[in-house]
Amino acid sequence: MGLLPLLLRGAPKRFLRASGSYRSLYESNSRRRRHGTDAAAADQAVNSRADHRPDDQMLDFPGAKAAFTSRMEFISPNAAEAVPCFRILDDLGRALDGSDIPEVDSSLAVKMYHTMVRLQTFDSIFYEAQRQGRISFYLTNIGEEALNVASAAALTKDDVVFPQYREHGVLMWRGFTLDEFANQCFSNEAGHGKGRQMPIHYGSEKLNYFTISSPIATQLPHAVGAAYGLKMDRKNACAVTYFGDGGSSEGDFHAACNFAAVLEAPVLFVCRNNGYAISTPACEQYKGKHSIQLLAFVLTTSQYFFLFLNFDAPGDGIVVRGRGYGMTSIRVDGNDALAVFKAVSAARKLAVEQSKPVLIEAMTYRVGHHSTSDDSTKYRSGEEIAHWRSVRDPVLRFRRWLESNAWWSVEDEKELRGAARKEVISAMNQAEKKNKPPLSELFTDVYDTLPRNLLEQEATLRDTVSKNPPSLAPH
Amino acid sequence: MARDPTVCVIGEDVGHYGGSYKVTKGLAEKFGDLRVLDTPICENSFTGMGIGAAMTGLRTVVEGMNMGFLLLAYNQISNNAGMLHYTSGGQFKIPIVIRGPGGVGKQLGAEHSQRLESYFQSVPGLQMVACSTPYNAKGLMKAAIRSDNPVILYEHVLLYNLKERIPDEEYVLCLEEAELVRPGKDVTILTYSRMRHFVLQAAKTLVERGYDPEIIDIRSLKPFDLFTIGNSIKKTHKVLIVEECMRTGGIGASLRAAIVDNFWDFLDGRPECLSSQDVPTPYAATLEDATVVQPAQIVVKVEQMCQGLV
Repeated sequence: MGLLPLLLRGAPKRFLRASGSYRSLYESNSRRRRHGTDAAAADQAVNSRADHRPDDQMLDFPGAKAAFTSRMEFISPNAAEAVPCFRILDDLGRALDGSDIPEVDSSLAVKMYHTMVRLQTFDSIFYEAQRQGRISFYLTNIGEEALNVASAAALTKDDVVFPQYREHGVLMWRGFTLDEFANQCFSNEAGHGKGRQMPIHYGSEKLNYFTISSPIATQLPHAVGAAYGLKMDRKNACAVTYFGDGGSSEGDFHAACNFAAVLEAPVLFVCRNNGYAISTPACEQYKGKHSIQLLAFVLTTSQYFFLFLNFDAPGDGIVVRGRGYGMTSIRVDGNDALAVFKAVSAARKLAVEQSKPVLIEAMTYRVGHHSTSDDSTKYRSGEEIAHWRSVRDPVLRFRRWLESNAWWSVEDEKELRGAARKEVISAMNQAEKKNKPPLSELFTDVYDTLPRNLLEQEATLRDTVSKNPPSLAPH
Repeated sequence: MARDPTVCVIGEDVGHYGGSYKVTKGLAEKFGDLRVLDTPICENSFTGMGIGAAMTGLRTVVEGMNMGFLLLAYNQISNNAGMLHYTSGGQFKIPIVIRGPGGVGKQLGAEHSQRLESYFQSVPGLQMVACSTPYNAKGLMKAAIRSDNPVILYEHVLLYNLKERIPDEEYVLCLEEAELVRPGKDVTILTYSRMRHFVLQAAKTLVERGYDPEIIDIRSLKPFDLFTIGNSIKKTHKVLIVEECMRTGGIGASLRAAIVDNFWDFLDGRPECLSSQDVPTPYAATLEDATVVQPAQIVVKVEQMCQGLV
């Protein structure tokens, strides 16, 4: 924080002086009228001008088309104001004045709420299961339930989803059952992944949700590739990919955005800006000293003066990068289910109808630890976590809106929470009891058919296993 | 591309420019800019894009302008192309072909003279083939495109100018099969890509001197065609591998291990291997020639083997 006694800041300076370029165009047109289209005469007229204005000429390099200027002026790293954030409901779930509520009827709203609650319940129970040693790893979506579910509700089942790993709610919305979630987490033989991936790395071809791969942001180019295919087939569908504030630093983010814009691919880039990438806070993930200015009136013993105080805040996030790639973008309150629903619906329409990518930065907060391998109290305060978990809970916020429409009641809440808990625990117990995948699934799916070396390896392994009972898998 | 509308090509300058080695010349005019797609420069991302497109129903052919640049795509190739069919439980297949010119050229410098078959051979889930003649290039390319597995097809920078009469009609070669180039009985020489031509050149000298080498172009680098290779070794009892990879960790290293594991009882002596030096490929012509195997060395080695001197 710096104390800078300053002159009052003027209007933000613009790089191109609009009045200058209009004047020069008018002048060159009138020059042509005076001297006709004869090139020599025109040249002579130009050369005879005593004051040769560089502003009259247009930049015509292949790399850009703009007007020249004789004023050297660097572009500031920050705009005067941060990009505003779209929201419909306030923090207490009340519709803001003048907001345009999207068409969400009671059955859709209640279904969304059911999914959010189920997701929250599943997360808390399975997190505890890991703590008890029943599964080896888990990762929660706590704090991002509204973002998950509302964005999923705005898509169709034909839209292909390329998730990072904190989007279980999207899959839950599409119809993945609690049993299917649990089977994958327990890596038993009933899981779709056949026990090959670590917990929460779900995938479902049927539900157009592509299997999660741990490395960050690798799914972004995949989504562009899928969108490219959809564009060629002229399908009424788009690709949707999710990533975090940390994922936006990866090279794949840059190239996927660039590719999507250049190729005009129908893909939605949904950035879940939840403030943390494991322990790295957003202000260390990206730069841009965004100054928040306060006018302070200071009275000292002998004089009073106004001070402008500059506060360092994290740079203006991911949304501003959209323009750098030539992409439509929007910033939305990720904890406001209605705003997310509306923004994603509109973005989808634009993507599909105009075959263009859209960047959506959804501001939210990662209430849980990064995963069960993390203890976030080491880098943030317990008060901060508690605040966002309770007062800023997006599920509660949405519930308040439902209640204000008389679509939800205290009894409904009690019943749903109880039922969800029972269902999740039942799914967990069932999944835990099932067998792990058999040895025959160790070598399959590496290729489409088993090549000779893998057949040999399997034969050798079975031989070893049969001679060394019983700790290795028996079948 | 004419037979199957889902086949498309992605890479840098593959469109109207026709590709840096003109492999895709004329395709953009015929099939359009979308099916022969020019991309901005980011190998990791357009390979990722090709993987995403392949998972959603297209058969993508990704071109690395030089195979060496595909090192930038290693993340996508290893973690995604190689793994996703397995980790998804077989739900998503990746019928992608990754191809491009590689190998040691004529004074292209170290970064443009790499043998990526050496680095990728370990990645589970990938299949690798190397073409060496116009005939097998056409057949292997078709087979690779039709395969549902991710296939890396290695072309060689110095082989694009070869001319050969090949059938007009469609033919598809087997990806896992080696090619018997010259039958013989004295020694089995296993080779691939550009070294095949060096071996043939050496063979002329060897035949004049009365030797009878059996030459096999292994073509399939992963998995090895141990059936063809084994039958040959059972006949000759001697094997020499001639490769362009470095001595350490190359195809030759893996092939020697596979031969020892499988055909130990049929060998008269250890499997021999001629490889490139373990150095970045230098620019100066004399140094570059000394880095890779030359026909004269092949002649000397075969003579030594046949005379029992090694």
